[in-house]
Amino acid sequence: MAVVFEVFRREREGAAMQHAGSISAPDERFAEIYAREQYGRRGESEALWLVPRDAVHEIDEFVDEFDLKYRRVDGYSIKERLKEARERAGTVQG
Amino acid sequence: MDARTAEFLEHIQSGGLVETGDWMPDEYRARLTKFVEMHANSELMGVLPERDWILRAPTLQRKLALTAKIQDEVGHAQLLYRVVEDLGKPRDACLDDLIAGRSKFHNVFHYPTRTWGDVGVIAWLVDAAAIISQKALLKCSYAPYGRIMRKICWEESFHILHGRDVVLTLVTGSDAQRELVQEALDRWWEPLMMFHGNPIPAGEDPMVHWRIKSQANEDARQQFLEGYVPQVWELGLTLPDAKLRRRDDGVWEYTEPDWERLMAVVSGHGPASAERLAFRRLSRAEVDWVSRTVLAEAA
Repeated sequence: MAVVFEVFRREREGAAMQHAGSISAPDERFAEIYAREQYGRRGESEALWLVPRDAVHEIDEFVDEFDLKYRRVDGYSIKERLKEARERAGTVQG
Repeated sequence: MDARTAEFLEHIQSGGLVETGDWMPDEYRARLTKFVEMHANSELMGVLPERDWILRAPTLQRKLALTAKIQDEVGHAQLLYRVVEDLGKPRDACLDDLIAGRSKFHNVFHYPTRTWGDVGVIAWLVDAAAIISQKALLKCSYAPYGRIMRKICWEESFHILHGRDVVLTLVTGSDAQRELVQEALDRWWEPLMMFHGNPIPAGEDPMVHWRIKSQANEDARQQFLEGYVPQVWELGLTLPDAKLRRRDDGVWEYTEPDWERLMAVVSGHGPASAERLAFRRLSRAEVDWVSRTVLAEAA
């Protein structure tokens, strides 16, 4: 049976590994050959990772049960308070 | 339409994307599978007319470039069959359907190649027509297909360059060489005009409805004419359509292709359909022992 491998590639030194696509191969030896040909033959990658799809542990739900907005930029609305602070300090422009 | 399908449709029509494991309506899965499968078949069948020229390429450099192009196209077929497999149809089933004539491939690969001029015209103009459709597919609602299309478009751009280089070499050569290009253009113009399909309005195209495609057929053809007719004319070459002209408003007029003939060609009645399918059947049978061996060894 052929196994599906997810292929990740690094485009240049220092770049993050990014998902490139998947290949189907009988085993790791074939997977390496196919991945080299499919994702590296034009010098477009400086490293590849091959991961059997079954080994990927996916998480795709992120529930914000407690409304943790203070962890995000949209949790802070400083406009009104900045205006008030400037008025108090007497530094309001024009 | 049930509520879940309606929600899905609203999601994709407002620009939302779909991933492999996501729920999708049966109709969406069926149309998408058929579409990507036909694309994969076309890449695989598209190498056969070029394969005929590996041994006859005029120089070593051309032979190497042509072989590399063929490798690219087969690679595209492999990537696309992977997308189809993830949608639920195994590659073996795709190949079985292809060689039995139960599935389709693009009209341009149902025609023979007569001379090296055809090879240049195919690599330049068939690939140019293809890249217009493929660029529009970057925005496909099925994200894995769109992502693969980025790599495919990148490689197709080499092919257009390679084709243009072949054509420019011939038109700057002897009169006989130039004539090879003109004759090839005369042969390929009709299939090229049919390439993007009949001018079905986007509003009536189910592929646009499901946002598998985002471009109307006629828009793609107009883009092709706008981009490439002037490039053909500037080389002093002609196109075999007396009606072909660009109106003042930028719309290209042309002789309406025979759409019934297109349907006949893509359903396996083109001049080279039977020969190509026979060759694919033969090569599948010939390499069968390879897949049986490697899969058995791995198991």
